[in-house]
Amino acid sequence: MTAKVEKWPGVELSAKEFYEKVTSVKFRPEAKFAWSAGEAMSRFLAELQAGRLIARTCTTCKRILFPPRMFCEECFRPTKEWVYVKDTGTIETYSISYLDLDAKRIEDPIYVGVVSVDGASPKMGMMHYFGEVTPETIKIGMRVKAVWEPPEKRVGSVRDIRYWRPLREGER
Amino acid sequence: MRKVACIGAGMTLFRRRLLETPKEMCWEAAAMALDQAGLTIADVDAVVFGSAPDAFDGIHMKGENVLDGCGGKGKPYVRVFTGGGTAVFSPIAAYWHVASGTFDCVLVVNEEKMSSCQPHAQSVFGYIWDPILDRPLKPNLVWIFAMEMNRYMTVHNIRYEDVAAVAVKNKRNAVAHPCAQLPDPNITVEDVMNSEVMAWPVHRLDISPPSDGASALVICSQDFIKRKKVKSPPVWFSGVGWAIDTTFWTDRDLVFPEYLARAAKMAYKQARIDNPRKQIDFAEPYDPFDYKELHHMQGLLLCKKGEAPKLTREGVTQRDGDLPTCPSGGLLGVGNPIAATMGIKVGELYWQLSGQAGKRQIPHEVHTGVTNAWGDLMQFSSVVVMRA
Repeated sequence: MTAKVEKWPGVELSAKEFYEKVTSVKFRPEAKFAWSAGEAMSRFLAELQAGRLIARTCTTCKRILFPPRMFCEECFRPTKEWVYVKDTGTIETYSISYLDLDAKRIEDPIYVGVVSVDGASPKMGMMHYFGEVTPETIKIGMRVKAVWEPPEKRVGSVRDIRYWRPLREGER
Repeated sequence: MRKVACIGAGMTLFRRRLLETPKEMCWEAAAMALDQAGLTIADVDAVVFGSAPDAFDGIHMKGENVLDGCGGKGKPYVRVFTGGGTAVFSPIAAYWHVASGTFDCVLVVNEEKMSSCQPHAQSVFGYIWDPILDRPLKPNLVWIFAMEMNRYMTVHNIRYEDVAAVAVKNKRNAVAHPCAQLPDPNITVEDVMNSEVMAWPVHRLDISPPSDGASALVICSQDFIKRKKVKSPPVWFSGVGWAIDTTFWTDRDLVFPEYLARAAKMAYKQARIDNPRKQIDFAEPYDPFDYKELHHMQGLLLCKKGEAPKLTREGVTQRDGDLPTCPSGGLLGVGNPIAATMGIKVGELYWQLSGQAGKRQIPHEVHTGVTNAWGDLMQFSSVVVMRA
């Protein structure tokens, strides 16, 4: 009967024991990668550099797919045409992060979330940063607009958009 | 298809750092499971191994690296992988190995060693994101949980204290688990709410700890039990299911895990369950974060949408409640060695349903349990229903 097992296996190590005794060895990998961006994403990145967001249409599903893709995962047929979508949208969700990539603590938080893009099918969007907001003002459902890097600084990356800011009164 | 049972389970301690190598941990868990089942490795026809991304261990072909510890030498041996979902998926793979009639007795071993990655496992979690759309934003894994938690809480108007109550329940339940890493008999909702904000709304105590650990199960056919005169009590697989949603995670509404509902319906159909809330006695929903238990209860169709916090608040999900959830102590209390959490998910179903859970035993009689695990990029779930 497992309920009667007295000693469960496993020997715990403290951080000190792990790093200071002969209980560990070290290795630093040197792995580097370059990815081909593919048919859909190469065009997407080129359009970002030009200051535009682009999607693909699926005529079978009657959807405007964003981020763009060359085949539709729903009906499994080729997508049809390139169409531009707007650089405005809606915050679907967000987080206010006090952690960086390596889980290190940071003072100035990162506002990050999902923005669904106007002109694409409902709920289709991308992860990105938000700016010109505070913990008190940012809300799910908030209307936002992309703030682009100046043309000479764009490199063909999602970072060509610096962040998304709240839509101002009278802006569409 | 043949009837399939679990007849033994084993696991190591879950700890921040264990002395043992992955291979040694596998052997410890596997040897314990075989011992509990009253069998030796010679009785095992095939072995299934499960583990999460290789990058944590820094060893590619991790399945090959640990195979001796899993008892795989000279046998049909396979590694399965569905990210965090592996915890409940590798037992499903063992199930179909046996249900199909291909094998009579299969050993399943799951392992994770998260202490190997320096300085913190977080660094390599970065490698799971899409290199073009996501990685340039330097994402931290906690972000995806924070974004999902915010969407879930906002749409259903859920108060944070009702989410924190899950962490309290599970860390208290874990006091009764002999392998637990973070049991806390005195933790309060205030402790969780006042813990450091990592990525709002996620606080430090909303998160399960990274752990080292291994677990193992012995899974066999009804004929095998008779032929080998197995004395260890069997617990039967009644239904299994799994499903995955699109890779474009920013195109999904994170408020509801549709893929989990699909997996659950698949498992319930096989188990002839049409009213899960009435026909299921307890659950081990996957709880790497406290809100995930609530999110998964909803996905497992154990409550109406947005109702899970109310069940928690009213004590329904306590160990002595009407629908105990995570009586093991869960990932929040026992620890989160990703794939090895099999030991507190399917393993806990086995121990509870065979009356071997000791101090964790649900005080009233239970006949049917359900568990799930969740993985890949917020898009996959595996579900197992078991009966005594």
